[in-house]
Amino acid sequence: MWLLDMLERRRKLKERGVLGMNRRNHAYIGRYNDRSLYPVVDDKVTSKKMAIAAGVAVPKLLHIIESIHELALYRSELEKLTEFVLKPAKGSGGKGIMVITGRDDKGWIKASGGRVTYSDLERHISNSLGGLYSLGGKSDVVMIEGLIKADPVFDRFSFEGVPDIRTIVFQGYPVMAMMRLATRRSDGKANLHQGAVGVGLDLATGRSLKAVQFGRPVVKHPDTGHAFDDLKVPHWRRLLELSSACYDMTGLGYLGVDIVLDRDHGPLILELNARPGLAIQMANGQGLLPRLQTVEGIPRHHPSVAERVDFSQTTFAQYRTVSHVHTDSVQPELPG
Amino acid sequence: MKSNKSQVMLVVLFLVLLGLTVAGYKHFVLGFPLFPGEKAEIWDVEAQIQFRGDSGPVSVSLAMPEPGSKFSVLDTMYAAPGYGFRTIGQDGIERAEWTRREASGRQTIYYKIKVEDTLPELARVEDEDTLSEPTENTDAVFFSPSLEGAYKAAADGIVANAQAESSDQLSFVALLIRGLNEVEFSPEARFLEDLLSGNSDYTRIDVTMRLLQDAGVPVRKVRGVLLEDTRRNQPLVDMVEVHVDGHWTMFNPETGEEGAPGNFLPWQRGGVSLLDVTGGYNSRVTFSAISRSVPLEELAVEQGRQARTALVDFSLYALPIEEQNAYRYILLVPIGTLIVVLMRILVGLKTSGTFMPVLIALAFLQTKLLPGLVIFLTIIAIGLWIRFILSRLNLLLVARISSVVIVVVGIMGAMSLLSYKLGIQQAMSVTFFPMIILAWTIERMSILWEEEGPKDVFVSGGGSLAVAVLSYFAMTNGFVEHLTFNFPELLLVILGFTLLLGQYTGYRLLELKRFRPMIEER
Repeated sequence: MWLLDMLERRRKLKERGVLGMNRRNHAYIGRYNDRSLYPVVDDKVTSKKMAIAAGVAVPKLLHIIESIHELALYRSELEKLTEFVLKPAKGSGGKGIMVITGRDDKGWIKASGGRVTYSDLERHISNSLGGLYSLGGKSDVVMIEGLIKADPVFDRFSFEGVPDIRTIVFQGYPVMAMMRLATRRSDGKANLHQGAVGVGLDLATGRSLKAVQFGRPVVKHPDTGHAFDDLKVPHWRRLLELSSACYDMTGLGYLGVDIVLDRDHGPLILELNARPGLAIQMANGQGLLPRLQTVEGIPRHHPSVAERVDFSQTTFAQYRTVSHVHTDSVQPELPG
Repeated sequence: MKSNKSQVMLVVLFLVLLGLTVAGYKHFVLGFPLFPGEKAEIWDVEAQIQFRGDSGPVSVSLAMPEPGSKFSVLDTMYAAPGYGFRTIGQDGIERAEWTRREASGRQTIYYKIKVEDTLPELARVEDEDTLSEPTENTDAVFFSPSLEGAYKAAADGIVANAQAESSDQLSFVALLIRGLNEVEFSPEARFLEDLLSGNSDYTRIDVTMRLLQDAGVPVRKVRGVLLEDTRRNQPLVDMVEVHVDGHWTMFNPETGEEGAPGNFLPWQRGGVSLLDVTGGYNSRVTFSAISRSVPLEELAVEQGRQARTALVDFSLYALPIEEQNAYRYILLVPIGTLIVVLMRILVGLKTSGTFMPVLIALAFLQTKLLPGLVIFLTIIAIGLWIRFILSRLNLLLVARISSVVIVVVGIMGAMSLLSYKLGIQQAMSVTFFPMIILAWTIERMSILWEEEGPKDVFVSGGGSLAVAVLSYFAMTNGFVEHLTFNFPELLLVILGFTLLLGQYTGYRLLELKRFRPMIEER
């Protein structure tokens, strides 16, 4: 009975084109992501420098600390800062990121409200340098970045922290996107498995499709109580173009691009991921596989970012009340 | 992609077929048992030769066991300090010969063979020897002087009785022997018995053979060892063989029973001398037999060595015992990794550290499961607690992990000592746990705890432990252990299977649960 039930589930998931971990690793990451390109995305310093060189918008890099000694030299500068982010260059999955949003006479104030002193910072940085947050415990460097000031349009949807938009870019084509919103449960982190809310986004419009928390559908934000219905990401086209450009920049065929919307600077690339997770499918209520196969089936790939984004917005449009011009013909095949 | 897949399939097919073929060959041809605990009985038969040396050159020659019985000789060895050894062929009989330039005083030579009962009890071997035609000169040597007077008359009476009651040659032989032995009922037999016990020139077997030969039945003597346990220092047992209907048939000279007893190992037939000693006197040879039951694989190895089978020569059994024992463990590692691969690719279980569970399972092998689990959890719990204290001290990573290693060593020492004082032997085996792995596990778990909370710690810790326990059960399975050690070529099959799993792109079992909301909503 149990086995039949599982087989039935397997059949249904397959039918919906849900991409599994094994297939992702084998048929996409293993095939489209050249191992030699990994260090570029695994090391945020390199990817940041690359982005700057390519003219892709990124949060401002204030300083790079390679040793505790350097931190001591930088201390006087640091004491003047009131808003910044500490980021281990090789940290994965948001590990080791410390967000400082304020300062008083006793120390700095973290995004979560906690207070840290200089020695706390020093310990955190020394842990990061020692490789505590990096893959395989390799020694690391720490970036100090300017704090991103979240676009206030999302204030109603986020408990703490800055919401980010994850886009899966396959061979330069954005194939799926979601917004990640921190909750009280996720402790201000935008990590889905820790309880952040994932909101699936229509590629054509940037409007919300559905939202999930812990894999279960939700209609409103658990903390702010605001319904996700009218969530619409501004600068959507620009955001997709930025994501798509990361393909040309890194050469990685299967890429996760995390973008934040800054109040002053618009979309900024926060992080690139060579092994993006699968939760985005649940946030969209859609499997990735049909879209990936659609892109694989394109006889000749479009050379320019704009063309690729056009293709994606047309082909993968979903929203019922889409105002985008190209979407009408595709709409019946992919009901929202 | 397609060609890549078919290439892998080809490699997998090749590996699996190769592994299975070699294993099959070893099982069906070389006799390695498929299941553990299959035993065979083998006998250690030891000939002890004793004599006194004449203070001159000595040459001792012992007939080697007759080929062509239902027993096969697995191994021969001898202990004769100071003697040179060789085997010589003489009149178609192989003899072992020991020589020494000078020997005086009491000398002892041991000659030992290992034999195996290769055929079922009653199977009669129609080999050359039992088929060979009797020759005139072979047997005369052993015959006693012919009977005279009253004894002759008594014997003739027995022969006549047997002839009257028998229907054919074989039944005649049986009746004659029985007639000679019926001391209580037959006066003739008792009369002859008197001669046999009183005169050393006449032995029962010689008289029997004499009478048989006089009656026109070709006859010869067979001497051999009765394979009965705890028979120590026995002389050889004599049997009578008669040539009837074209082949030799054995009779027990005491009972007249036809056929060779199941446990009779023929050593020497006809007129060949058993032991020749030149340059010595008071020589005698006695035999002892001890049965041992040995695992079938040991037997197969021994037979393979005798036959110089390359597969056996290059098997793990060729290694010294100590290394063999090491490989018993090492060969179980692939089983553990296979479990890890299965759990991660097919089930999707999270573990802390990819192969940490295998190492923990290996430690469990030494400590046994329950004590192992208790020890493991205790060390991890104490370690985590101390690690939390350490984290307040603001240490560099390498220094902190080193401190955790030292703490783990301390905990292990304390556990051993405490358990020893309390008389709990099992906890002493704590030393089998890999310290560095434990330290890293503690470190990883504590970071996980700080970053993701205790829930994730229990999920990944529980996953690791579940995989470790599963691996443990797979590894302690006697059948699995037996197969991995006796058929290491099955590693190829495991390798093929692992390659195959590496190609698996279907859903993991836990993904079916994870993505469940996606199929439920509509």
